[in-house]
Amino acid sequence: MSDVSSATHGDLRLTRITKSYGDFTAVNDLSLTIAEGSFFALLGPSGCGKTTTLRMIAGLEEPTVGSIHLGATDITTKRPYQRPINTVFQNYALFPHLTIFENIAFGLRRRGIKDVTADVNKVLELVELPHLAQRKPTQLSGGQQQRIALARAIVNRPALLLLDEPLGALDLKLRRQMQIELKWIQREVGLTFVHVTHDQEEAMTMADTIAVMNEGEIEQMGSPADLYDNPNTAFVANFLGQSNLIKGRIEGTDGDNLVVDLFGQKISMPKNRSHAVDSSIYAGIRPEKFRISLVGTPTRGNILTGGRIEDVSYIGVSTQYQVTMPWGQEVMVFEQNDDGVPPFDKGDEVVISWEPNFTFALRGDEDVEAGLEVNPEEPEEE
Amino acid sequence: MSNALSKVKMPYLLLMPGFIFLFTFFILPIVNLAQTSTQTPIVGGDTGQYEQTLHFANYLNAFTENKEQFARSFVFALCATVLALAIAYPLAYAIAFKAGKLKNLLLVLVVAPFFVSFLLRTIAWKQILGEEGFVIPTLRNLGIISQSTTLTSTSFAVVMGMTYNFLPFMTLPLYASLERIDPRTMEASGDLYANGITTFRKVTLPLSMPGVVAGTLLTFIPAAGDYVNAAILGSPNTKMIGNVIESRYFKIVDYPTAAALSFTLMAAILILVTIYIRKAGTEELV
Repeated sequence: MSDVSSATHGDLRLTRITKSYGDFTAVNDLSLTIAEGSFFALLGPSGCGKTTTLRMIAGLEEPTVGSIHLGATDITTKRPYQRPINTVFQNYALFPHLTIFENIAFGLRRRGIKDVTADVNKVLELVELPHLAQRKPTQLSGGQQQRIALARAIVNRPALLLLDEPLGALDLKLRRQMQIELKWIQREVGLTFVHVTHDQEEAMTMADTIAVMNEGEIEQMGSPADLYDNPNTAFVANFLGQSNLIKGRIEGTDGDNLVVDLFGQKISMPKNRSHAVDSSIYAGIRPEKFRISLVGTPTRGNILTGGRIEDVSYIGVSTQYQVTMPWGQEVMVFEQNDDGVPPFDKGDEVVISWEPNFTFALRGDEDVEAGLEVNPEEPEEE
Repeated sequence: MSNALSKVKMPYLLLMPGFIFLFTFFILPIVNLAQTSTQTPIVGGDTGQYEQTLHFANYLNAFTENKEQFARSFVFALCATVLALAIAYPLAYAIAFKAGKLKNLLLVLVVAPFFVSFLLRTIAWKQILGEEGFVIPTLRNLGIISQSTTLTSTSFAVVMGMTYNFLPFMTLPLYASLERIDPRTMEASGDLYANGITTFRKVTLPLSMPGVVAGTLLTFIPAAGDYVNAAILGSPNTKMIGNVIESRYFKIVDYPTAAALSFTLMAAILILVTIYIRKAGTEELV
């Protein structure tokens, strides 16, 4: 078998990919470029098409329309074994009849490499499990199997490493640890990682670039900070963290700022953070960006008056408030417990304020519930 | 105290019905058979009257007189097992991985022949392979066999009958073990540079070995002792050891030889199976 791994390198380009199963369109006209050497995450809820996209990159599915290029090579119709791409499968898919050593050596042997011992041992060192070489996969814990699955893929030094919900089967603590480890390994080996997950925290911890997918399309793509601070759509605003979306209207401009009316109260926000198409908008503010103060205390920035504290949840590092606004909407406010001020009480009349620069604006015709009804913790069934 | 005691007794209680059954219908008959195998005719007695003389030479005589039938039994059983494996593996593979919604229907079809009596099905093969069937004219027209060749009363017919009759015993264990394979291990193999054939050789086949071993044993063991197929589809020239035992027992009423042959057959199968399982090394599999 030819040495496929060194044949092609470069950016991965998906061009206008569509994948349909009968009437159902899993991926719809998707275009994407993943830079060589980056850690890229495809993030989205169950059934958003992220796993289908990954399987098309791996060659396990063929796109109905569109093309996939790796560097200058068109790999759209290449068989999986002809692509310099390896996958860390959900639930690992280790070969139960082979030892850990042979599992890792599998790809090397298929490519006709005779002396695999040094490579296998090196990658076993990398995942810190050299003592398990002669065990069978069933004798390993979930976390160990996960590392072996990773080792089995990276030992081939693929142009692209695909990770399909790699941490989904691990418990929370181990997952956190592996997130950091994966990121470290990616830097260490310098390969391009494409990571599919429904876990926004996992994507944000590890990826340089995240593409948020919904219903077969990319909602927004950018760095974790970009996506969080300035979401373009209600889906992204709700799927990544929490957002307060308040119905409003653009009244005019003031230099680089927009003047926005929220139920009769004027606020200001930067023009370049508005994704609205007309004057009807939803103003978005993250709960931790709000400050809360009793009526009469001095405040700065944007101010909304007439709030009443509906509910208080003390969760240690912060206190979460539900505040009912005069127009009946409940907004979430997260206050860090770092100033020694005792938490406010239920029923307190309060003013909420925030830095105008933290405001973002979405189109007024958006579905404010988008990205909320999906349960991001649900494992993907694809 | 009584609780702990019943906990100890419980497994034995549960084992009792099976043990009583096995004792009555397996241990006792086999002891009886062992006794019979070393008996000799009562001098001056009637046909079928034997006395215990510990005449172990019965074994040697039984074997040397029927070497040919022994050999034929194992050759036929081997042929039928190999043929059944060749037919059942692709079938079980297709049902396990490619059948989709048809899976259950196909499984029912695999078992469906059991709804008809074993004898009837074997007699049906006589018609299928007979002059009036469609096989002979087709093969003759295609020039594969000469105009004078017949298929009934041949070794071919016996092997075909056994292959057919034992096919479900091969298919079901194969299906069960193929169905248990995580399809993602096959995808992983493709992902790790193995093409379809290599994936089959290195992943699918090794993982289905428990099914291959179970299926071949379930086919080979009964096939080696079978006499119905040879009796109905064969001729005096295709007699298997089962036919010899049957005629010794029921027709010639030579119980000691029949018993000695039975034990020899059992021992031979036991040895072969032990060697086979050692070679196949299934205990290494998960």
